[in-house]
Amino acid sequence: MANFLKKLYIALIFIFLYSPMVVLFVLSFNSSKSRAKWGGFTLQWYTNLLSDSSIMEALLNTLLIALISSVVATIIGTIAALAINNFRKGTRTVLMGITNIPMLNAEIVTGISLMLLFIFFKVKFGFMTILLAHISFNIPYVILSVMPRIKKINISTYEAAMDLGASPLKAFFKVVFPDILPGVFSGLLMAFTMSIDDFIITHFTKGAGVDTLSTKIYSQVRKGIDPKMYALSSIIFITVLILLILINVIPNGNKEKAIKK
Amino acid sequence: MKSKFIKWLSLPYIIWAIGFIIIPLLMVFYFGLTDKNSHFTISNVLAIFQPIHIKSLLIALLLSLISTIICLLISYPLAMILSSFKKGNDKMMILIFILPMWMNFLLRTLAWQTLLENEGIINTVLSLVKLPSINIINTPYAIILGMIYNFLPFMVLPIYNVLCKIDGNLLNASRDLGANEIQTFCKITLPLSVPGIISGITMVFVPALTTFVISDLLGGSKILLIGNVIEQEFTLNSNWHLGSGLSIVLMIFIVISMLISAIFDKDGEGNTF
Repeated sequence: MANFLKKLYIALIFIFLYSPMVVLFVLSFNSSKSRAKWGGFTLQWYTNLLSDSSIMEALLNTLLIALISSVVATIIGTIAALAINNFRKGTRTVLMGITNIPMLNAEIVTGISLMLLFIFFKVKFGFMTILLAHISFNIPYVILSVMPRIKKINISTYEAAMDLGASPLKAFFKVVFPDILPGVFSGLLMAFTMSIDDFIITHFTKGAGVDTLSTKIYSQVRKGIDPKMYALSSIIFITVLILLILINVIPNGNKEKAIKK
Repeated sequence: MKSKFIKWLSLPYIIWAIGFIIIPLLMVFYFGLTDKNSHFTISNVLAIFQPIHIKSLLIALLLSLISTIICLLISYPLAMILSSFKKGNDKMMILIFILPMWMNFLLRTLAWQTLLENEGIINTVLSLVKLPSINIINTPYAIILGMIYNFLPFMVLPIYNVLCKIDGNLLNASRDLGANEIQTFCKITLPLSVPGIISGITMVFVPALTTFVISDLLGGSKILLIGNVIEQEFTLNSNWHLGSGLSIVLMIFIVISMLISAIFDKDGEGNTF
């Protein structure tokens, strides 16, 4: 009985979290342009998607910004995490405190603070300003996911590698890097996800004429969302779902070994 | 490791952090404490006491407090159930909560319009089973629902993380010593999960207090939260000084919640990820 109630509770939360997803998926097949009524089944939003150049451009911007910002943030963040770990406790606390600011601060404040920075230094708003903003809110996610891995590293293995004749760089890439790789990878994934889903910070740092999917959708809220957006979101969602299932189901053997370490 | 050299490697990040975290925040103070002629003034901050601004701040505080409390009440049992399942499912659980982020945040929230509308999906289902309909779209209730929906994962994950770390032997010891389930919960589980609870509360309260999107999409743009007021000052009125001044007020609340979480969660145990 208790077990049944537990499962029921989880099921209810699951329905709560995923029912909007189902709605959007269904709407992507709705031939009526209105969100409120069902006009029959159609695939036209999917077939017309590729020929809509403004949506494709927004998609390209979104993906480019997510890709570049997450990779740059991962490089800066991983190196920073390695370095921060070597400081004395006091300095480390200050640095981690600064790192935490964008995570704990309200997105609207982060957004306007970057907007004011660009206004003050007369930087032209556009693709570049969005990219800079995304890199800076992504770095903390990387640092925070790499840090626990770095703390677990046994420094003797690194020293042993050097004693055995490896150069510091080689010792790093052969010994330390494989150990922190899972953290680096989950940081990268987290950063990429955050960048794709971000609206608020992009809203304040974008210039006229440059749109990501989020800002494009926001501009359509008043006049009605283009159903092609539902189709595109459904495609993205299903793709990610399949990818995640593949990543999590197939190479399970390798992962368990890694965790046991 | 050659720690001197390694320390220098932090330089790119430190420069970045100064340029894109510290200086931007100083900019908010600079614009917030000056007028259009760059003269010092605190009138932008004091503008919070104008009736329309103070009202939006109070509504935002009220709605975000309610949502935070409901999130906590929903999340704690959920996190307990999830952590009682066998280990190794961690990743899967987290993925289930992260996955919705791949469907655009605005579209997810807009989907609730379709669900909640007076002739919407939920009411159609309710009328089929002869239950009274709920008309909450464009009311504060819809905003609260949107807040809970969007920020629930940020409450569940930190609580789940601390609960997973609790040593099972402690619970067994408590039961061996004659405590019943309720006593064990109150004396062991609950106190040990405080860092997660506090972290969850900040992670939900801050974004809920400062949102402008959820109120925009589900409140029918009739209900202005402090986030909406600030957003409009920046995008519609281009009055950066007033917008920054009001943001300084908002930051006071954010700093308070950061301090509380720093006091209760010294070791970062309640980190979400």
